[in-house]
Amino acid sequence: MSSSKQPLTLAEPSLAGASHTSSARNGSFDADFAVQRNQRLETWRRFKRYKPAILGLGFVSILVLLALFSPLIAPYNPDAPDPSLRGAAPSEDHWLGNDDIGRDILSRIIYGTRIALLVGIGATAIAVTIGVLVGATAGYFGGKVDFALPRLIDTLMAFPLLALLLTLSTVFGPSLRNVVIVIGCTVWASYARVVRAEVLSLRERDFILAARAVGTPDRAIITRHLIPNALGPVIILASLAVGGIIILESALSFLGLGVQRPTASWGTMLSDGRDYLRNYPHIAIAPGIAIALTVLAFNVMGDGLRDALDPRQRN
Amino acid sequence: MTSYIAKRLLQGVLVLFLVSLLTFFVMYFMPGDPARNMVGQTRVTEFQLEAIRDKWGLNDPWYARYWEWISNVVTGDLGTSMSRPGMAISEMIGDAAAMTLRLNALSFAISLSIALPVGILAAVKRFSIFDYLSMFGSTLGVAIPNYWIGLMGIVIFSVQLGWLPPYGSDSWKGYILPVLVLSIEEMAALARLTRGATIEVLSQDYVTTARAKGLAQRVVVVRHVVRNALLPVITLLGYRMAFILSGTIVIESVFAWPGLGRLFYQSITSQDLQVVQAIVLLLTTLVVIMNILTDLTYAFIDPRVRVR
Repeated sequence: MSSSKQPLTLAEPSLAGASHTSSARNGSFDADFAVQRNQRLETWRRFKRYKPAILGLGFVSILVLLALFSPLIAPYNPDAPDPSLRGAAPSEDHWLGNDDIGRDILSRIIYGTRIALLVGIGATAIAVTIGVLVGATAGYFGGKVDFALPRLIDTLMAFPLLALLLTLSTVFGPSLRNVVIVIGCTVWASYARVVRAEVLSLRERDFILAARAVGTPDRAIITRHLIPNALGPVIILASLAVGGIIILESALSFLGLGVQRPTASWGTMLSDGRDYLRNYPHIAIAPGIAIALTVLAFNVMGDGLRDALDPRQRN
Repeated sequence: MTSYIAKRLLQGVLVLFLVSLLTFFVMYFMPGDPARNMVGQTRVTEFQLEAIRDKWGLNDPWYARYWEWISNVVTGDLGTSMSRPGMAISEMIGDAAAMTLRLNALSFAISLSIALPVGILAAVKRFSIFDYLSMFGSTLGVAIPNYWIGLMGIVIFSVQLGWLPPYGSDSWKGYILPVLVLSIEEMAALARLTRGATIEVLSQDYVTTARAKGLAQRVVVVRHVVRNALLPVITLLGYRMAFILSGTIVIESVFAWPGLGRLFYQSITSQDLQVVQAIVLLLTTLVVIMNILTDLTYAFIDPRVRVR
């Protein structure tokens, strides 16, 4: 297998073959792998065609490296204040200057990537898990379960999101862990909706009937046959949602009900900078640019992924 | 149609009930002692605290408290604020809502009047420089946190240039920054949406027919495309109601704007539960009503929806 040569970082096996894995359990495995590999190459080829997506992927890769190796890359300790450098403007030693108590802003930005990625990806993972399970269950069983779900989703979606997050964050106490959980548990509705619709059409298909006929238990049908086949649109939605979640986290932290000081998060840095707009405006500039670039990178990457996985939706 | 309306209304009532229950329980489990919060730093005995709890019904079981609250709300009585004694909540909310409405109506008008033409033009002139530039702009507008744009606006126009006040709503100048900042994100999302809808209409058969019979491009766009493309856009505006408060919470906090978002934020940090409950319930009710209206509009226009 020459799979190691493939320049594929995004498309895991589960997603590349997401649209046609129904034969995975009964077809010839060799042929199946060949088909999957071709699909992956095709997906990658289409992804590559959208140049901004490549830039986005590159930027996100850099962010991941920054997050993983923050201690090695950051020039200073992000939490160590230097009283002699309070509000110091950018200089040769401190490229982005120092904040109101003299901490190195560049180092804090670098450590901040950890929070942004952790919340963005962690909350999305929670939301996808809940949404997929709920949506697939409702779509497959129908009946009462399927009556309750849309009402539940309507209820959840009726709340203004940030207001709900602020309230929940107050109830459970603001912290990094709670921010991830609270966001994850409130934004799953769109995934449930999509998966339910997919499953509704999938369950009428022959391979599901066949699986039922040979006595496959419901749980196995849902997890092995329905969910893998319904994942395509979920991946598109999820990749487009990470950016929005990063903005949400920054807003929560900015308002003091997200990640708490002194942890270096871009939102808390903006909140610090806000009090010194008159004298040290540079404190508030860098974190905002960091958020904007990160969100931009995730969004264009999501656009590229959508074009690659679902050619119908392209416009 | 009548049965569809009835069904939709019933569902709406059910959702509202769930919303009120959920809101109530979130507040119910709020940590801390509301009675102690209320007295603040004042020295009081446990006996006095107990009297306060009794007076506000904090010792009653949850169902009694829920019933008391919801039956008052239904009759239009939102109660009085705990942290600002004697203040009727409905009055506080009314004043704040008026300020928020002004802010949002202005920014909505601005974003609509720019986003619609830009989106349509970008779709008609697809793959042109204009299309690329405007879509790049809209991608940026969605990615940049709007409250940060607000902070930078204060730095440039208030601190550096001294043209506009950094906060407050005393003069018309105070409106400029918050209105513009709020409209940027809305504009970006709307332009993208309009472009998508227009592109879809452009590929329809009746547009090809209109062109085939020799109508000028301008006539085709104005008469056949725009009308049909705006339909989904306008109905989608209904669904966007829910985002309005979310957007204004941060912006109102940045500009110290005395609106609903700031009132909500202040109430939640000072644990003024009744006010928080009231605002959340008011807004979710608004969202549910808007959603029903939007669905009914759709059903009215497109008979296929009713059958489902």
